[in-house]
Amino acid sequence: MRKTIIVLLALFFAAQSGHASAEALSAHGFVQGNYSANIDSANPDNGNYKWSEERGQLKLEASKDPVRFFLKADAFYGHLDEKADVELREGYLDYTSGSWDLRAGRQVLTWGVGDMVFINDVFPKDYEAFFSGRPMEYLKKGVDAIKAGVYPDLASFELVVIPFFEPNNYPAAKRFWMYDPMPTVTNRVTDQPVSKPANTELALRAYRDIIGFDTSFYFYKGYYRQPSMTPDSFTAPSRITFSYPGLLVYGASAQGAVAGGVASVEAGYWASQDDAKGTNPLVPNSEVKFLGGYQRQIAEDLTAGAQYMGEYMADYGAYESTRMQGFPKEPRYKQLVSVRAQYLLMHQTLRLGWFNFWSPTDKDYLINPEIRYNFTDHVWGALGVNFFGGAKDTTRFGSLDRNDNVYTQLRYEL
Amino acid sequence: MLKYLLAVLTLTIIFPAAVKGENPAHSMTAAEVMKKSQDAFFYQGVDFKARVMMKLVSKTGAVRVRELSMLRKNYGESGGDQKYFMYFFQPADVLDMTFMVYKYPKKDDDRWLFVPALNMVRRIAAQDKSSSFVGSDFTYEDVSGRDIEDDAHELVMEAKKEGAPCKECYAVKSAPKAADTAYSYKISYIDGVTFLPVEERYYDLGGEVYKVFTADEVKVIKGIPTVTKRTMKNLQSGHRTEVSFTKADYNIGVEDSLFSERFLRKPPKNRIE
Repeated sequence: MRKTIIVLLALFFAAQSGHASAEALSAHGFVQGNYSANIDSANPDNGNYKWSEERGQLKLEASKDPVRFFLKADAFYGHLDEKADVELREGYLDYTSGSWDLRAGRQVLTWGVGDMVFINDVFPKDYEAFFSGRPMEYLKKGVDAIKAGVYPDLASFELVVIPFFEPNNYPAAKRFWMYDPMPTVTNRVTDQPVSKPANTELALRAYRDIIGFDTSFYFYKGYYRQPSMTPDSFTAPSRITFSYPGLLVYGASAQGAVAGGVASVEAGYWASQDDAKGTNPLVPNSEVKFLGGYQRQIAEDLTAGAQYMGEYMADYGAYESTRMQGFPKEPRYKQLVSVRAQYLLMHQTLRLGWFNFWSPTDKDYLINPEIRYNFTDHVWGALGVNFFGGAKDTTRFGSLDRNDNVYTQLRYEL
Repeated sequence: MLKYLLAVLTLTIIFPAAVKGENPAHSMTAAEVMKKSQDAFFYQGVDFKARVMMKLVSKTGAVRVRELSMLRKNYGESGGDQKYFMYFFQPADVLDMTFMVYKYPKKDDDRWLFVPALNMVRRIAAQDKSSSFVGSDFTYEDVSGRDIEDDAHELVMEAKKEGAPCKECYAVKSAPKAADTAYSYKISYIDGVTFLPVEERYYDLGGEVYKVFTADEVKVIKGIPTVTKRTMKNLQSGHRTEVSFTKADYNIGVEDSLFSERFLRKPPKNRIE
C-alpha cells in the first residue's frame, strides 16, 4: 500500500516535470471529501453516515503514437470502515491504427442510451455509490478487458472480451436497510464465475448513422451481475449462496434529433441461460426490456427530459407456478418512469439538478435533487439529497425507504 | 515549432481597417455585405484549427478560464454545413471532454458530448443556438455563425456617426425575422477590405446597446485575415469574455473521420495539440 503510493507519487512528479518538454506525458488529479448523512433513521449498525471519506485521484497519461498509456488511481480513507486503501480505477494501453484500435487493461465501458437504466450496457455498476451520494463517475466500475474496434465504411464495430468477471456492487447491509427474504440465515457465501476460457464474457456493438439517428446493435454473452440467492435447503435453510446465472442479451438502440429535442429508444432481450423455461424460481426469467426517452431545452440553460422503461417477463406462467412462497411476487410487466432536469446559472457555474425514478407498477420512487457550484476553476462543491420510498418494503426503492440521506461532495481539482 | 511561429509572425500584419475614398455602401446590398462577412469570418479555408483560450471576466474582475482546441471543416459551399470538433483542456473538471457539432444553417444542429469519467457519448438537445457557449458571453451562433436569411439586413449610416468604431466601413443593421434571440437587433461594423467584423453592437428591446463584440486583433494566416483576439462584453452585467486564438491554421487536411464517435471517445493527439 505504502509502496504503491510512493510509486504513484514518483510517477506524478516525473510527469509534472516532463510536462513542459513533452506534451505526451501529463498528470492531473483531485482531492475530495465526500460525506453522506442519514436524515431518516440510523443505519442497521447504528451508524449515522452512508458515506464518509477523503479521497485523492491521480490521472497519468503518456503517449507516443500509436500507443497511449492511461492510469487513474485513487487513494482514500473511509471513516466508516476506518480503512485506507488504493484503488485502480482505470489502467490501460491504447493502440490506434488507421482503421482499427485496441484497448487492453482496466477500463470503463458505457453503452446504450438509457438515463440511469441499462438494457444493453451490461458492464458493472456500483449502486451503493449512486445511493450514497458519491460523484456520478463512481456509478461505473471498470472491467479488466480487451476491447477491439474496427471502423470500415459500412459501420463501426466494438468487441469486448472480459476474462475476469466483475459483479455489480450493491449497498452494504450494515449501512443500508434493505429487504431480505431470509434474514435469519446469516451464513452467506458468494460463488462467482471463475476465470477460464469457457467463462469469458463477450460484448459486441455495431453502430452507424441511419437517417440521422445514431443506431447501435448489441450482443452480450456472459452473466447477470446481480446475484441470485440459492439456499442450501428450502425447508430448513442454513446457508445462502449468491451466484451469477448465465445471460445472453440481444439489443438495439437509436438516438437522434426530433422536434427540437433528442429522442432515444432502446430495446433488448435478456435470455436467461440457466433457466430457459423459466421454471427455476432461483434464477431470473428471460425478459424483454425497452425504453423511450425525450430530452429538450426548455429555455436557455434549462434542459428537461423524461424516460419510460418497461420490462416484460417471458415465462410468467412458469414463474407463477414455481415461484417460492415467502418471496415477493413480481408483476409480469414492470414499468419505470424517470424525469431529469438541469438548470445552469451564473455563467454555468451553478447547476441545479433534479432526477427521479417512479415505478407505476411497484409504486415506489427515488428523488435526487442536487445543487452544484464551481467556486473557482479548481474547486467545486455539491449538495444533494436522496429520498427513497414506496408502497411496499419489498420493491427496489420501497425497500430503501429508511435510507434517505443528504450528501456533500467537495473537490479540488488540478 | 519555431519555424511555424516565425511563419506566422512574418505573415502577421494588422490589416487596414478602412477603404479610402467613396462610401463602399453604394456598391453592395446589406445582405451581400453580410454574406461576404460570413465567408470571411466563419467559412475561410477547407478546414481550420485553433487553440482557443477564453477568459470569462466578472464585473469584480474574477477570472475563469475555458481552454479548448477547436477544429472546423466546411461541407458544401460557404454558408452551408460545417462540422466542429472541440477538445477541452480547462477547467480541470472538463479536462478531456470532447464536443462535436454538425452545424446545419437551415435546421437545428446535431451535438454530441463525450464524458470521459463515464466513457459515455451523449446527444445534447440543441434547439437554442442563441444560448451561451460554455457559460461565456458568446453564444453558439457567435462561435459558428448565424444563417443570413434569419435576419432582415439594412445598410445604415452609423459608420459616419460620432462614436463609430470605424469611419470607412460598412454598418449593417440586422433584425431577426423571428423572435429567437435575446436582442432586438444588432449593428455590425464590417471592414471594407477584409469583410471581418470590427465591432457588433447588440440592442435590447428598449433600443439600448447592451452587448458589444469587438475584434481586437487580426492576423494573416496562410494569406487569410483572421480575427485572433475578440471580446464580447455585456454592458448590463459588466461581465465580459476575452477570446484569443493561438496555433491558428487553415487547410491542414482534417480527415472526415475525425467527426465520429470513435474519435470523440479517443481524440487524436496530433489534432488536438
